[in-house]
Amino acid sequence: MASSETLLRVDDLTLEIGSTGKRVVNGVTFSVSPGEIVGIVGESGSGKTLAARALMGFVPPAVRRVAGSIRFEGQEVTTMEPKQLRAMRGSRVGMVFQEPMTSLNPSMLIGRQLDEGLALHRKLSASERKELILDMLRRVGIRDPEGALTSYPHQFSGGMRQRIMLASVMLLKPALLIADEPTTALDAVVQRDVLELMVDLTKANNTAVLMISHDLGMIARYSDRAIVMCQGDVVEQGRTEELLARPKHPYTRKLLAAMPHRGPARALPEAGTPIVSVRDLVIDYGGRQGFFRKEAPKRALHGISLDVAPGQVVAVVGGSGSGKTTLGHAIAGLIKPTSGEIRFQGKPIDKSETAYWDYRLNCQMVFQDPYSSLDPRMTIGDLVAEPLRLVPGMTAAQKAARLQEVLAEVGLADGFASRYPHELSGGQRQRIAIARAVVRRPKFVIADEPVSALDVTVRAQVLELFAELQRKHGFSCLFISHDLGVVEQVADRVVVMNEGRIVEEGTRDAIFDRPQHAYTRKLLSAVPGLETAPDGGVRLFWRLVDETEAALA
Amino acid sequence: MKLPAPNALLGGLLIGVLLLVALTGAVWTPYDPLQLSFRAKLAAPSAMHWLGTDEFGRDVLSRLMAGAATSVWISLLTVTLAVTLGTVIGVFSGYLRGWFDRIVMAFNDALLAFPGILLALGLLAVVGANKYGIIVALGIAYAPSVARIVRGTVLSLREREYIAASRVMGNSEGFTMARHILPNCIAPLTVLATSMFGYVLLAESALSFLGLGVPPPAPTWGNMLAGSRPYIGQAVWLGIFPGLCISLTLLGINLLGDAVRDKLDPRMRGM
Repeated sequence: MASSETLLRVDDLTLEIGSTGKRVVNGVTFSVSPGEIVGIVGESGSGKTLAARALMGFVPPAVRRVAGSIRFEGQEVTTMEPKQLRAMRGSRVGMVFQEPMTSLNPSMLIGRQLDEGLALHRKLSASERKELILDMLRRVGIRDPEGALTSYPHQFSGGMRQRIMLASVMLLKPALLIADEPTTALDAVVQRDVLELMVDLTKANNTAVLMISHDLGMIARYSDRAIVMCQGDVVEQGRTEELLARPKHPYTRKLLAAMPHRGPARALPEAGTPIVSVRDLVIDYGGRQGFFRKEAPKRALHGISLDVAPGQVVAVVGGSGSGKTTLGHAIAGLIKPTSGEIRFQGKPIDKSETAYWDYRLNCQMVFQDPYSSLDPRMTIGDLVAEPLRLVPGMTAAQKAARLQEVLAEVGLADGFASRYPHELSGGQRQRIAIARAVVRRPKFVIADEPVSALDVTVRAQVLELFAELQRKHGFSCLFISHDLGVVEQVADRVVVMNEGRIVEEGTRDAIFDRPQHAYTRKLLSAVPGLETAPDGGVRLFWRLVDETEAALA
Repeated sequence: MKLPAPNALLGGLLIGVLLLVALTGAVWTPYDPLQLSFRAKLAAPSAMHWLGTDEFGRDVLSRLMAGAATSVWISLLTVTLAVTLGTVIGVFSGYLRGWFDRIVMAFNDALLAFPGILLALGLLAVVGANKYGIIVALGIAYAPSVARIVRGTVLSLREREYIAASRVMGNSEGFTMARHILPNCIAPLTVLATSMFGYVLLAESALSFLGLGVPPPAPTWGNMLAGSRPYIGQAVWLGIFPGLCISLTLLGINLLGDAVRDKLDPRMRGM
């Protein structure tokens, strides 16, 4: 590539943590051409965010650049004066952050926030700027641009805020856009819309994009070239299709292998009473109650009916606000139903019933966030053994033996029992949470987004562990997730929820291959399917592409 | 075993000396702390009276030693009472919510609206002005602020997933509170208790000053400090030494409190 065509050239960039001398970015070299979309993939701790921030001179004070150069539009960024850096930021290089909830100033009108950059970098009159802003807001799909100018960020959803963020960055028509996990906080359908918009907008302005993500599927779909980072090193880079089809480095192969994939459908024991059966479940969240007022309740679930047969893994999928978590909490007994019935092995789960303890002992739950689901003041051994306290007729020796057995099952037997949760990684914590859920050998486990907080390779390991335990002990499972890839890997049956209602349900293959409902189709079109090639590479394909293209047009 | 942090060491040392002095003061003092001596009144510190004498010629060092036991004992019991009472109210209120919370907190906020010392004065009028009266009055006066803070902590704790996990396990509400909520309140509680110790020492002296504290002639640091006021021009040591005792005790308690909090938190171990 000729240097005149290169927009950004990073050479041997090396960053260290000042106090410990630990290398966090190690001799990173890559380049970006004008209008090109380059993806950086890596797990947490890979240094991808630090490397990207260094491009704008945004490195935390604790981190020191030891070597390397960054040339942007022919100028050396590392030796720039603060004034030059500021002129470059925003105007020539734009950045979209991960968290749309905090990247806009909550106490500033949208109009003022969008105007800030323009007023600073462009010599235009106020009315010209307003015209440009309205144009851009229209372009990013804000319904009432005039109204949006005088609104505050909290009046918009996460997806809309990310659009506004994108608008504010693209207003200045930068030559390079750095997008750091731009859609990680959004659900699949919204994610797709925002990304499509980003690609459209940058193409129209010939803006190059440096897209940073842990999500290989997303990088694969939108980037021309991809860079794989692992613990500060670039392990592989090349044209995206090539990289996916013929990965050379073992780490790239590992990442690809960790992507969820569909196994053969299992033969299911259909007979017998369902382990859990939900009928016409309605849940209202009571509005705030003060001394003098009572707000109208909000209906979270509109009459859900659902059966889980013994030994089955039933996945509940849906976007945020679909009521899937509420359903899980209701079945776990954490929320009282407003009306409708939940039966466990054919018996109601009311506290007054004699069958209540049978239900309580046999229905367990794995939570989403491994950082808040373990009591920080208890040791791993105490945490995992705690559910055994209430098991009738178990001796102390039996309990100790069970604890060891379960810790061994989740692969954390040696010396972990006396440690505390904060000493463990996210994946290890989630293993502990799973161990705690299965230590009583329950008949039914509710897993609420158990892997959404984990890195790709860790996620694959935890999913595998979960599937293995399920095979071994045969418990039924309600698997709640927004991630269709994960669902495709673990589920026997799939229930699709939207806005508090079940819109479609069926066997996994039926839902993934022959989706009927429009919402299911929309969900499916937002995530890639995966075909493994015999040589270790993969080919991604997009479901229902023609249809969504038609819908977008 | 590595050495404890210098802060913890200094705090421990100060509190150690304090306890030693208080214990010694209970059995032996250089002079009788109540012995009047009009020949030696308002004497400056000297070899005979190391810290000088007061307006009645009583030895200040002896009175400080004797007062240490009373002052520290009153403060400790008061803080214990306030923290226990406030924690129980706060944990139940925050965890159970509903009408219980609303009624208790309305009452709590009404109590908070009174200045602590005024409330204590009113209560003292009911329970009687003596050592135990002060403890009960100050304990009740300081409990509402503890309850407020504990309730706030519990409100955020109860939304954690490990509380939901405890309920799914089938643990009773009482067990969940004792096992998962209470231990996680310890960090704010230690900070609160140590800073409150200071307020209580001062409040005790204020009450003594108003004549509602430990009745004279029995010495407490508070009434010694209060009694020194008219003589601040001629006998500055009368105020300085009790004040210094109160300050150093507070410093010691705060340093030790921080160290204890870190020790009790598994996340801080090995740092």
